[in-house]
Amino acid sequence: MNFRYLPMTDADKKEMLQTIGVQSTEELFSDIPKQVRYDGALNLKKPVSEAQLKEELTELANKNANLRTYQSFLGAGVYDHYIPSVVDHVISRSEFYTAYTPYQPEISQGELQAIFEFQTMMSELTGLPIANSSMYDGGTALAEAVTLSAAQTKRKKIIVSKTVHPESRAVIETYAKGPNLEIVEIDHKEGQTDLTQLEQVLDEQTASVVIQYPNFFGQIELLESIKDIIGQQKKTMLIVSSNPLALGYLTPPGEFGADIVVGDTQVFGIPAQFGGPHCGYFTTTKKLMRKVPGRLVGQTTDEEGTRGFVLTLQAREQHIRREKATSNICSNQALSALASSVAMTSLGKSGLQKLAVLNMQKARYAKQKCIEARIPVTFDGPFFNEFVIELPRPVAEVNDKLFAKGIIGGYDLQRAYPELACHMLVAVTEMRTKDDIDTFIKELEEIING
Amino acid sequence: MVKKDFPLIFERSKEGRVGCSLPDLDVPEDDLDEKLAASYVRKTAPDLPEVSELDLIRHYTALSNRNYGVDSGFYPLGSCTMKYNPKINEDVARLEGFSHIHPYQDPKTVQGAMEMMYDLQTSLAEITGMDEVSLQPAAGAQGEWAGLMMIKAFHEANGDYNRTKVIVPDSAHGTNPASASVAGFEAITVQSNEQGLVDLEDLKRVVDEQTAALMLTNPNTLGLFETEIVKMAEIVHDAGGKLYYDGANLNAIMGYARPGDMGFDVVHLNLHKTFTGPHGGGGPGSGPIGVRKELTPFMPIPTVTKKGDLYVFDDKRPQSIGRVKPYYGNFGIYLRAYTYVRTMGAEGLKKASEYAVLNANYMMRKLEQYYDLPFTQHCKHEFVISGKRQRQLGVRTLDIAKRLLDFGYHPPTIYFPLNVEEAMMIEPTETESKETLDDFVDTMVKISEEVKTNPEIVQEAPHETVVRRMDETTAARKPILRYTKD
Repeated sequence: MNFRYLPMTDADKKEMLQTIGVQSTEELFSDIPKQVRYDGALNLKKPVSEAQLKEELTELANKNANLRTYQSFLGAGVYDHYIPSVVDHVISRSEFYTAYTPYQPEISQGELQAIFEFQTMMSELTGLPIANSSMYDGGTALAEAVTLSAAQTKRKKIIVSKTVHPESRAVIETYAKGPNLEIVEIDHKEGQTDLTQLEQVLDEQTASVVIQYPNFFGQIELLESIKDIIGQQKKTMLIVSSNPLALGYLTPPGEFGADIVVGDTQVFGIPAQFGGPHCGYFTTTKKLMRKVPGRLVGQTTDEEGTRGFVLTLQAREQHIRREKATSNICSNQALSALASSVAMTSLGKSGLQKLAVLNMQKARYAKQKCIEARIPVTFDGPFFNEFVIELPRPVAEVNDKLFAKGIIGGYDLQRAYPELACHMLVAVTEMRTKDDIDTFIKELEEIING
Repeated sequence: MVKKDFPLIFERSKEGRVGCSLPDLDVPEDDLDEKLAASYVRKTAPDLPEVSELDLIRHYTALSNRNYGVDSGFYPLGSCTMKYNPKINEDVARLEGFSHIHPYQDPKTVQGAMEMMYDLQTSLAEITGMDEVSLQPAAGAQGEWAGLMMIKAFHEANGDYNRTKVIVPDSAHGTNPASASVAGFEAITVQSNEQGLVDLEDLKRVVDEQTAALMLTNPNTLGLFETEIVKMAEIVHDAGGKLYYDGANLNAIMGYARPGDMGFDVVHLNLHKTFTGPHGGGGPGSGPIGVRKELTPFMPIPTVTKKGDLYVFDDKRPQSIGRVKPYYGNFGIYLRAYTYVRTMGAEGLKKASEYAVLNANYMMRKLEQYYDLPFTQHCKHEFVISGKRQRQLGVRTLDIAKRLLDFGYHPPTIYFPLNVEEAMMIEPTETESKETLDDFVDTMVKISEEVKTNPEIVQEAPHETVVRRMDETTAARKPILRYTKD
């Protein structure tokens, strides 16, 4: 077998061994003690040619039902939006995707500037002045926000609304085990955070309150009222997780006084790809600037006064501060952030708002059609592009039948909310036409009545 | 002459220009604000750029021209394994059946994706000699933290609540102590000896009944194999601690040695290093973790398992540390790693390590006459030289790195590891040809001459880049972290 990534010829090897002063490469491995030396042959599949491999992997890909062939009404944190062609063309430029973290600013101005622009866009969307270069995803960004709030307030209690994405809550639970934080979850009431319960559990030990806006059910939480309640405890922080597309239409959490706003920019130019890589964002106030996890790009000038960009405030980070770093994050999601920047640039000021409105209108139409078809819509508050319906039988069963009709149905809420058995979370993006929606409702009706 | 500032996308913006085409509204228009209180409706639109599609493409193309990747040229950045990123990997990751699938689809409808994950897990377990692998962590640092959380859970399950310390060598990457802290441990440093290896006496001194784990990179960040690994494992295990393997340097030993056989209990891998996931300018990465049997109950949920002919997600591990990431991790990166493993097979991976080590030793021997070599034994996939000699002539390692930019190279990792003065850490990788290595060595030799004959040209470098050295002090003192219109 030839290996096309390995350029060494026998003649090269011979010459190099001579320079080193050894007979064989084996000698270079003689420092590995015999007892731990692996003498076998690894039991891996036999290597194949590029053509064969392409065929094999295409076959594997074809075993999956994909969102381009099926009509999908599945969201729950990962959304099917159109990805403009420009996105993939830009991120396929290998000067971007084969580069490392921009530690050498003189030859990394492209990446650094792109991140600086990303930071600006996220700051614009969330209404907070400081944005970092990205996080792994929305869930871990939220968990990092929680640990930051605990470190900053020197408190251990975190209040998390059950209307926050269940998997983000699960990630918070795991992160909380390091610094031994106490997580208190509060219930939902009519699809929104139960504010009475929030008032009851909030106390002077509370480091932060975590809210999702729009929440997991698609409902728009009353951030204004929530901030008023939290305001009763001076130091307690408000952490908000937001779908950034919704912020094209909704008042940004920063304007309601949120201390940290995080989320995932998957909605901008990043395919679902089975849940990752997506791209977390992290925005906050000036006050917390030096506590932010991950990388920050700042503007400066070179020796000749030319504007340029560098990684900055690195004294927060693991490679400088080691065990005293604000987080251990190192690699983040630079290329995904670039994809989102390109998508946001493509949308532009008016496009982003229009896209948000399109999503809201289509979802409203679908909700209206459900009501007309006598499919009960569970929550009646204002919502973004998702809503909950109640079915007379288990969601999994309904989804099986929808699948047979070429439709990927909504999220089965029973997975995370036992009290919401037979409830489906329906997502409607701009990708769904009126016809798609009509067909979906018609099929649902037939399944329910059939 | 002052160079003109390169414009930001916001500075190319002009009111009214549009770069996208959205579908028309094809449903009856509803009053969106009927139920939404006025205070929840955004008053001013987010100030995003307004550019045409060509403006956009020109902007980002120009930005890419102001950047440098492995495809641009040699990138011997130590500890980062900047090997070639195969193009087929990118094509595979973009197949619709992989890129456009939703994590909440019924597993029955995504069996191809799950089969790939299962196969990759199995392959990585084989390569590392571990019993089970979880792909979930998003990057190396998250893998480290997840691994340490599992070790913590293991000790606590044994009623052992006093193991509060994690030992890391002084040569360790900064993420090691940072991950220990995030996982709630105290990081304790163990010193290196004169050979650049962990000092066994010091290890015996710091290991005690409070030791949760020793974190080790092997070969270490100096590119040297820890020859006393068996004794080290014994010392840590005898004290009841666990051995953690930082897989950042696995590229040196594939098919030659396996962490599992060396006594490691937990391993993390960087798929974006050894397994050709592109670095992306700083991610996305992927940091799978492998463990030995006794630690499998604590693995993150869910894992992919096989029941009969069907691949399933298993979240029934009552002692699991829980979820470390939403969904199933950075699936798109798994595809690249999997494609690479299938391209290379056992023989190819072993050859990759063989040539990575050959290349590093070759460069080391060619450079040692011109730069100080603090540790003279054979290295593995990378080596560390010191600019001490040049420093005495008034030229710092930073200057040498900047001078390399003028010759079209990405410099080595500098000032790391911390236990070597004026360190330059060089990792050529196996995908570079002898000619590339020779040219780089010639350039390094030339710079060492310049240091003697014309130090200013090195001290003032770079001269050929789009910007000169940046004022990082002002950047940190008066941070400007976003664009604001005048």
